[in-house]
Amino acid sequence: MKLIRRSWQGALALLLCLAALPLLPLLGPDAATAAGNGVTVLIFALIVGAALVSFARLSAPILAAILFVGVYAAAWLLIGLLSGNEGHATSAFFPLIAASWLMAWRCVSALSAVETRSATTEALLRLLIPAIFGAWILILWEAVTRGAGVPFILLPPPSAIGERLASSVPILWADVRQTIFKAVLFGYIVGCAAGFVTAILADRIAFLRRGLLPIGNLASALPIVGVAPIMVMWFGFDWQSKAAVVIIMTFFPMLVNTVAGLSASGIMERDLMRSYASDYWQTLVKLRLPAAMPFIFNALKINSTLALIGAIVAEFFGTPIVGMGFRISTEIGRMNVDMVWAEIAVAALAGSVFYGLVSLGERITTFWHPSNRS
Amino acid sequence: MQTEKLVQDRILPVAVIVLAIVAIWYIGAHFMNAPFQRDLDRRANVTSTAADFFKKTMSQPKPILPAPHQVVSNVFENTFLRSVTSNRSLVYHSWVTLSSTAVGFGFGTLLGILIAVGIVHVTTLERSLMPWIIASQTVPILAVAPMVIVVLGAINITGLIPKAFISTYLSFFPVAVGMVKGLRSPELIQLDLMRTYHASTAQTFWKLRVPASIPFLFTSMKVAVAASLVGAIVGELPTGAVAGIGSKLLAGSYYSQTIDIWAALIAGSVLAALLVALVGLLGRIVDRSMGGRSA
Repeated sequence: MKLIRRSWQGALALLLCLAALPLLPLLGPDAATAAGNGVTVLIFALIVGAALVSFARLSAPILAAILFVGVYAAAWLLIGLLSGNEGHATSAFFPLIAASWLMAWRCVSALSAVETRSATTEALLRLLIPAIFGAWILILWEAVTRGAGVPFILLPPPSAIGERLASSVPILWADVRQTIFKAVLFGYIVGCAAGFVTAILADRIAFLRRGLLPIGNLASALPIVGVAPIMVMWFGFDWQSKAAVVIIMTFFPMLVNTVAGLSASGIMERDLMRSYASDYWQTLVKLRLPAAMPFIFNALKINSTLALIGAIVAEFFGTPIVGMGFRISTEIGRMNVDMVWAEIAVAALAGSVFYGLVSLGERITTFWHPSNRS
Repeated sequence: MQTEKLVQDRILPVAVIVLAIVAIWYIGAHFMNAPFQRDLDRRANVTSTAADFFKKTMSQPKPILPAPHQVVSNVFENTFLRSVTSNRSLVYHSWVTLSSTAVGFGFGTLLGILIAVGIVHVTTLERSLMPWIIASQTVPILAVAPMVIVVLGAINITGLIPKAFISTYLSFFPVAVGMVKGLRSPELIQLDLMRTYHASTAQTFWKLRVPASIPFLFTSMKVAVAASLVGAIVGELPTGAVAGIGSKLLAGSYYSQTIDIWAALIAGSVLAALLVALVGLLGRIVDRSMGGRSA
């Protein structure tokens, strides 16, 4: 058995460290505080150590744990160096960041190779691996924007966005209440309900179905957001106009998906219902609606994103002085880019929570479906 | 016999529904425009008969809801009667939007395919990137659009590229997800056959995975092209209304030119339908030339 294994990330990381050596020190001569020798040596030791460990034939969890600790300590030290010295990083800084990123990659690939039988470990891994990836996007973003001194307007570092997020919670909360709790929720519920009722109608009347379905399919390709200015003109600047846009945007996906779902039950099952002498509504409630649930939830998921987009874009055309779309368009005009990013982070969070809630509802109601059984 | 059935089952219902929509539209236009017209009449001290009044509500210059024939005549006038380079021509604005849609769609498709190939072949990427790609769909990406435009404008990147960037962002996702599904669609037994042939990974990829993924690719490209058109239109909103369907919408909403807004919407819809149809046609041609059987 060989004692070492191939690790191209490790080899490349060592090369990068070597390349960084002649380019030292880490910070330029005009930086406010110079990088201490101790810290520099420590960073090198951590990265080189991690790279060397990655060649060793250790079991995957131990290797991953060692790399995890080493890599994050190095990254933390490197970014710590930058505080107060924005834009003064020398070309020695970036190879080291790249090297620690490579080691993080190695750590993730070690984690991906872990084979486990227990469900909790599996779930933990499923969370941990994307989390490491996401954290590294943030670290690289922070290091590049602050190390190279990227103009604040172009791309603020995540730490500044986080600070802005924490310091303006009341404003953000008011925006969320205006946009999501008033416009999006109302529009979403009414739009989905209208689509659902129309689908049932279309199911009863074949003529209506033949006429509506092609139109509904076409409508799903149309840029429906474009009705936003018209709705703002009709219903005024407040949330009602945004809710109207959301209703129109969510109606067609719901209609098309529900109609498709209602024909999802098999002929055998429908024949069985007929042999029980069940009437139309009994068949609908007991057989066809449950069978349509996966389709309906698909529409609900699509609509959760569409609803947010519709409400935010409609706010570009006119709002009272509160709301997420309003905030984005005014703060960008004032060049407060960190506030815009904070708003986007909130929108992303709200979108994910919305989607997550719908998925949770799906898991509870369609527990019988093959894709939910494990 | 066949055509008779086609007319009865397909065209007739759609035609009836479309006619119903147009009728509702006319009635709606009459009632929504009536209050303003009554106001005008009172100020001018005119009393008009019901028929006259109806005609007047159909021909206001800035109606709340323009009547269908007003919109149609506006579209016709601005499409066929104006020179293509004119600032008022819908063809010109559609062309501006179409070009950024096409560039963004091209890059988005390419990016989506690359990501899909990476995800299918590298386990690390699959486990770390895939959850983020799915999460990115739950984010209202369009909210970023104005910022991307303004920020890129601040460093002197203006015109086509920022809009195309948004289109790229919106269109890469459906393609990536569809392609991952498509590249994974060969069954185990087919992959095993490739192994018994001692095929390399590259050979399996080109001879089995790629042909199997083509139908998935075109299905998701249809979604992507519609998404990138929306991206291009929304991307035009904050650029200060220079050109494009989005800027036409914004200008219309600033000056209450409702007929112009509706005309721009119609232009956008026609563009969307054409693009989706084009991608569908392309898909059918590719499928046929690869020897696919029509389903």
